[in-house]
Amino acid sequence: MKPDKEETKVYLEKVRENMPKTRHISTMIRAFITGGIICCIGQGITDLLKFLLKNADETEIGGLTTIIMIALTGILTGFGIYDRIGNFGGAGSIVPITGFANSVVSPAIEHRREGIVLGLCANMFSIAGPVIVFGISASVIVGVIYLFI
Amino acid sequence: MKGQTIFFDKPVSVSQVATIAGPKEGEGPLKDYFDYILKDDILKQKSYEHAEIEMQRRVIKQLLNKSCLNDGEIDLVFAGDLLDEIIGCNFALREFDIPFFGLYNACATFGEALILGASMLQNELAERVICSTTSHFATAERQYRFPLELGNQRSPLAQWTVTGAGGCILDKKEERGVKITAGTIGKVVDYGVNDANDMGAVMLPATLETLDAHFRDTGRKPDYYDMIVTGDLGHAGGRLLLSMIKEKGYDLDENYTDCGILVYNREAQGVGQGGSGAGCSSLVFCSYLYKLMQRGLKRKILLIPTGALLSKTSSLQGETIPAIAHAVSLEVL
Repeated sequence: MKPDKEETKVYLEKVRENMPKTRHISTMIRAFITGGIICCIGQGITDLLKFLLKNADETEIGGLTTIIMIALTGILTGFGIYDRIGNFGGAGSIVPITGFANSVVSPAIEHRREGIVLGLCANMFSIAGPVIVFGISASVIVGVIYLFI
Repeated sequence: MKGQTIFFDKPVSVSQVATIAGPKEGEGPLKDYFDYILKDDILKQKSYEHAEIEMQRRVIKQLLNKSCLNDGEIDLVFAGDLLDEIIGCNFALREFDIPFFGLYNACATFGEALILGASMLQNELAERVICSTTSHFATAERQYRFPLELGNQRSPLAQWTVTGAGGCILDKKEERGVKITAGTIGKVVDYGVNDANDMGAVMLPATLETLDAHFRDTGRKPDYYDMIVTGDLGHAGGRLLLSMIKEKGYDLDENYTDCGILVYNREAQGVGQGGSGAGCSSLVFCSYLYKLMQRGLKRKILLIPTGALLSKTSSLQGETIPAIAHAVSLEVL
């Protein structure tokens, strides 16, 4: 049964007015705090690495920090802690590299039971896949433009 | 059948009920009414899907045990769940030697099962049937939304899929107890809502349509019932239903509630708008509501399981979400 357009419009308007909405201010504050803390941890690891590895240069330290952050997220996701952080922090925990790591590890865990190849490997990038596709496509375009400048 | 409603002249008795509730439901306000509360939601199985199958199997087994029957004494099973190709009940029924109909009407499956079961008995095509449904939070999340461990935020409109199973035996020979007196079969209604999180708004028009048809066909007024219980409209959906049904000239303020509201403590358990899932209405009816009726605290209940008929593919392809609701009138005569 499909109502006419006018009826549908009236109903959808009513839904928009009456259904609860996201509390933007509080979610933004939580995202800001969570994202800030994650970045502070990253900065802390960088500073610690600089102190421990005196001969390493900036890029090496940066790479190592990223690896450590990704590893930490993988472990926290495995123990079921990162989804709680994400539930609290929203975009604050999705935007940093840790969010990306979580979006790769979580489907991998979920699909492990369907086997290694067709389960884990096939579904590992089901969420992060679009990010990789757009990332690579954008870098190719930028690379081509750079070639001609 | 008058309009959309089947009247059961020889009311069909709900002779036995059984429920299995998940750990979260077992901490909720209805914990004292469940037969069995699971300690964890995987039941020593290798996956959550297997856990759901096991829940379905156990609830049917429990029904048989509680009423001292064996497989041969049940004529038919009507069962359903939310898993793809309804494997929850299809696989559970491997363990039994009983003829079986697998049903799917999303979260309204329990209503469908009760009406079909009662019709079979009414027409003397069967003597004793089982109606049961299950749902599982982890399998539903995975199927309709995201992996469990993904750190995303739930929409303020989101509902929490109930982990649990509920089933009942309809028995022609049973004289006393809770009886199904009428069933209104819903139509598929689509008002163009496309937000898969907003289940309340999706299912509300179908509920209104079915309620309207039920009152029209039966000539009853809302105050005929001690309780009018929808399946899983949740808190926001329930509120909107109350205000919208007034426009149709009915007042449910006094006796309305919702299985999704009853099953959890919203403040303490962080469940968003309340419970949902095929197991939500069966779990609440077969525990709390059935016992209320058995103890004579409520004599007439209208149960309206509501279902959103979406799939992940249909949502991705930009389809709006149709919904259905079936009303079952239960009375202690």
